Amino acid sequence: MAKKKPHFSKDLKLAELLAKDRRLLQLLPRFGIELGFGDRCIDEVCRMNNVSADLFLIICGIYSDDDFRPSPAEIQRIDMSGLLSYLKASHRYYLDDRFPHLEEHFQRIIEACGSKYGPMLSHFYDEYKREVMRHIQYYEEEVVFPYIEELHEGKRDNSYKINEFRHNHTNIQDTLDDMMNILLKYLPGDILPKERIEISLDIMELSDDLNRHSLIEDHLLIPYVESLENNLP
Amino acid sequence: MRNRVIICEASEIIANGLAEIIDSMAQFDVVSRIDSPDRLSERITSSDANLLIIDPSMLGFQNKDFLFQIGKEHPQLILIALVTSYLDHASLTPYNGIIEINDTKAKIIGKMNEFAQSDNARKNDDVELSKRETDVLVAVAKGMMNKEIADLMNISIHTVISHRKNITRKTGIKSVSGLTVYALLNNLINESELI
Repeated sequence: MAKKKPHFSKDLKLAELLAKDRRLLQLLPRFGIELGFGDRCIDEVCRMNNVSADLFLIICGIYSDDDFRPSPAEIQRIDMSGLLSYLKASHRYYLDDRFPHLEEHFQRIIEACGSKYGPMLSHFYDEYKREVMRHIQYYEEEVVFPYIEELHEGKRDNSYKINEFRHNHTNIQDTLDDMMNILLKYLPGDILPKERIEISLDIMELSDDLNRHSLIEDHLLIPYVESLENNLP
Repeated sequence: MRNRVIICEASEIIANGLAEIIDSMAQFDVVSRIDSPDRLSERITSSDANLLIIDPSMLGFQNKDFLFQIGKEHPQLILIALVTSYLDHASLTPYNGIIEINDTKAKIIGKMNEFAQSDNARKNDDVELSKRETDVLVAVAKGMMNKEIADLMNISIHTVISHRKNITRKTGIKSVSGLTVYALLNNLINESELI
């Protein structure tokens, strides 16, 4: 049964919220919330940074509880104007920070594999990168987001519906799982074991983050955009 | 069914002694005795052996990869380590059983009977790819579509899909590019076969 209320309330101190679930720390830069927030409560910190505290709490709720679903009424009620910039900032974080980091590690492993396994691993990584780019850059940023921005302006484009966007994210995570299986199970044991363990832990964290990102798109973005579609004349 | 045994051991004294004990058993024939692992896979095929007794110290550091490859090529083969000197425990994990240099004749006979009964084929079924699945994997890795694979292998698309599901379940790998890496790492194809 879907829960109706976020677990966290606006008068909770931000520092306490982060102590309850340290993964939420990653969300701060995506909302543009600056560090040095002291003992201020969530509401106050959000106001200082021009962030909707309702939106912040809903995203924290989805992020820290797999079963949490915002109700349609809630989605109607709260100010969602910050949602797109949150999602875009998440994409920037994956593209500009996480994937280059992963790539750096992966490159060292590719080099250590030499001419026997190196080229095919490098090919595997390139394919993966292309998939991520296709998904995030071309699809979301060039199709879905501009579509939503048009809806905001009251324009309707009948050639596209947000429903097509559902189940689009699975591929990236599948390939991440494959990457981990190859690193842990199938590459010969003597090739950079320490590096492989480190990169696998990073992949697990990223995979978890991407999972929650998908939940936010499925349970917040899509219902929100559907309500926009329905409300147009 | 009689068991066909290959003994791979550098010491002639040990190899002959072991062969004598095994030949004394009704259900076992020593079909080949070799003193180095060179061309071992071919020897297994040509002698149609189902049981390999090998001294792990002959394989050196590439022990695991070598045995993994042998296991892939001969999925029914029962693999026995003949331990003649101290070995670290981890290097014995690929084997189905162990015979030690100071085992008595009675103990060796007991172990051999046990090994022959351990159903290697069934054990492999859960994790190892079948011949058919391996063929499908190779075709997928080469970039073929389900329809092309079905035509090539003369099976229905439905069967191809069910093979692919099993391949993913057994290897833990879903994407085509990941399966290609898997096939290359396990020497099922080589780089030149890729488009």
